[in-house]
Amino acid sequence: MDLSLSDEQKQLQDAAERFVRDKYAFENRRKIAATEKGWLPENWAQMAELGWLGMSFKEEDGGYGGGPIETMIVMEQFGKGLVLEPFLPTVVLGGGMIAAVGSAAQKEALLAPMIEGKKQFAFAWLERQSRYNLADVSLKATKEGSGWSLSGHKGVVYNAASADQIIVLARTAGSAREEKGLTLFVVDGNAKGLSRRDYPTQDSLRASELTFDKVSVGADAVLGTVDGAFPVAEDAVDRAIVALCAEATGCMDAVNAATLEYIKTRKQFGVPIGKFQVLQHRMVDCFTNAQEARSMTLMASLKIEDKDPVVRHKAASGAKVQIGKSGKFCGQSAVQMHGGMGVTDELSVSHYFKRLTMIDLMFGTQQHHLTRYSNLAMAA
Amino acid sequence: MDLAFTAEEQKFADEVRAFVKANLPADVRDKVKNGKHLGRDDYMRWQQALGKKGWLVYTWPKKYGGPGFTPAQRYIFENVCAEEYAPGIIPFGTKMVGPVIYTFGSEEQKQKYLPAIRESTVWWCQGYSEPGSGSDLASLRTKAEKQGDHYIVNGSKTWNTMGHWADWIFCLVRTDSKAKPQEGISFLLIDMKTPGITVKPIIMADGGHEVNEVFFDNVKVPVANLVGKENEGWTCAKFLLANERLGIAAVPQSKRGVEALKDIARAEQDNGKPLIENPGFAEKIADLEIQVTALEFTELRVLSQMAQGGQPGPEVSGLKIRGSEIQQRITELTMEAVGEYAAPYLPGLLWHGSNEEPVGPEYAHLAAPRYFNTRKTTIYGGSNEIQKGIISKMVLGL
Repeated sequence: MDLSLSDEQKQLQDAAERFVRDKYAFENRRKIAATEKGWLPENWAQMAELGWLGMSFKEEDGGYGGGPIETMIVMEQFGKGLVLEPFLPTVVLGGGMIAAVGSAAQKEALLAPMIEGKKQFAFAWLERQSRYNLADVSLKATKEGSGWSLSGHKGVVYNAASADQIIVLARTAGSAREEKGLTLFVVDGNAKGLSRRDYPTQDSLRASELTFDKVSVGADAVLGTVDGAFPVAEDAVDRAIVALCAEATGCMDAVNAATLEYIKTRKQFGVPIGKFQVLQHRMVDCFTNAQEARSMTLMASLKIEDKDPVVRHKAASGAKVQIGKSGKFCGQSAVQMHGGMGVTDELSVSHYFKRLTMIDLMFGTQQHHLTRYSNLAMAA
Repeated sequence: MDLAFTAEEQKFADEVRAFVKANLPADVRDKVKNGKHLGRDDYMRWQQALGKKGWLVYTWPKKYGGPGFTPAQRYIFENVCAEEYAPGIIPFGTKMVGPVIYTFGSEEQKQKYLPAIRESTVWWCQGYSEPGSGSDLASLRTKAEKQGDHYIVNGSKTWNTMGHWADWIFCLVRTDSKAKPQEGISFLLIDMKTPGITVKPIIMADGGHEVNEVFFDNVKVPVANLVGKENEGWTCAKFLLANERLGIAAVPQSKRGVEALKDIARAEQDNGKPLIENPGFAEKIADLEIQVTALEFTELRVLSQMAQGGQPGPEVSGLKIRGSEIQQRITELTMEAVGEYAAPYLPGLLWHGSNEEPVGPEYAHLAAPRYFNTRKTTIYGGSNEIQKGIISKMVLGL
């Protein structure tokens, strides 16, 4: 057993650290968030140039042969800088699904240019009623000649406005909440009949509500097999969860460091407030929480490509429960120990807190994943 | 001992309800019900209606123009107002400076300031915290130097709530820098229109403007605006903080919050069923409701003690601690109920009253800003760490 990073992985970590230091000073991030797209094309080009967009894909798919550990390494640094470029929806979700079940033609048309930084994706799975059940899909795709026609609604689709292609989870057969009968479609972002309502999110990302009104796509738009998309989507979301966990560990490290610095320097009653035992113990709990989060993220990154789906799902859900718990504790404690300053927009603390809060709500809360883990563990 | 209200108290509850229904402007009620932000005028219209009835200063004794409510009546009044979606009464005049003036002020000050507080024609704000003086309030440095019949005030105050709407500010200022920290402080009333005062907004994590920094640059304040004796302002400060901590428990608001949370959990879907039927989530709501009940009965016990003639003591700190945690828990669970639809951030709708359609249901876009904003409740009015320090020292003798 060896849980240390290879030399190459250390170099990747250094490069990602440098990127965040150079590009994501807090005031710089504020400027990036305020741009029209909400992320910077030059940063995206740099990520492509550094090989980050292709690092986790197999060489035969045009990638550089890495995997979840490489994703973990960069996502953790992205968490430290609260990076806004759409790595998760494009590379982890979109690229991940195309690599997993795409045809040779789809890989060539979509994955190759994505790795070069020339295409971005979004994954449209959520609907108003679906909460965290991936099978609760009512957007319908019906046969139309040799192709399909899509009608319905998708919500809170991250990066939809910038995406060249949107990967849509649609119902092609079966009834509501049935796992069978779901199909993935690759739809052009500017397809006729597709309308968007774009908005910023609480944590300065961009998302959209999408309405599909008889959007026509060809037979070649199907990603994977017709009616067989559920396990593909489930695995993609599990991979995204593990990547998010890595991002959250980065957020926790950064916010803990800021809080530690603050309680060492902020004086009240003639001493730094870090001299008070009540804050010392809370700070220790923050660090313990962040350590647990890091451990669970590493565990999940190592198990997320296991052959056994139960192992994969348990790894993702277990890590997400931990991240939800630790993220809430570290975020809330950081705000509390900063006092009033912690709730201002001016300091980065509130922004880490917001991101950690939203990470808990993405792809299932602590409660949701506790139930999922419990069902998987008790059935096994 | 009897938990049930008497027939007379029941009658009083009916009277309050009828009054609120008849006098709370419909648009203000709707804003409160839908969790929208209120403007200065929204608060003023409601408070002036209460003022005419003589109920705005419902905690004041009759002697100073209050209605002389019994503790039971106070409790009924607060609960009925909350149930009918009345906005919370702004405490700075009614619960903070008013009682300080009638307890420590001169006859002249009582005549001058109390009527406008009772009728809500003047908006007060608070000048307590400073950038370097938060939990350690007594370390404050805003200076007032006596020159003839004026004080010259220099310094700055922070976390000043709604000061951009205020006509007057009550301030703790340092009048003797050589004395022990608590012994050189005075309590001053300052007209916000006085030259030399600048109000600078602080933008909070939810994107809103609710608090300010207030700067004083050679501000001339008549000596007649000193409340109590010079250098004895700390007595007023402590008295005021004890009152502030009582209101902070916010039991009626939390009861309303739990009901609103249940409504949301009934409306939200989870695997084709209402979320409220999810056993894990239902238990969280049940746990919260039990916490609110425990808080309510603790407050009732304090009110009952006060009915016997006591002032709120250090045990009130316990109410603040639990009350603030419960308020936070409500917002936390509301966000959990809303799920991914908590993510859309619509500042126009949230802050500027735009007609933009919400994304998802109306309650969804308010969930996260509320959660972020409510983090302040365990910080303001003396952080919960400070409150626990007070209890361990004053109640437990540690």
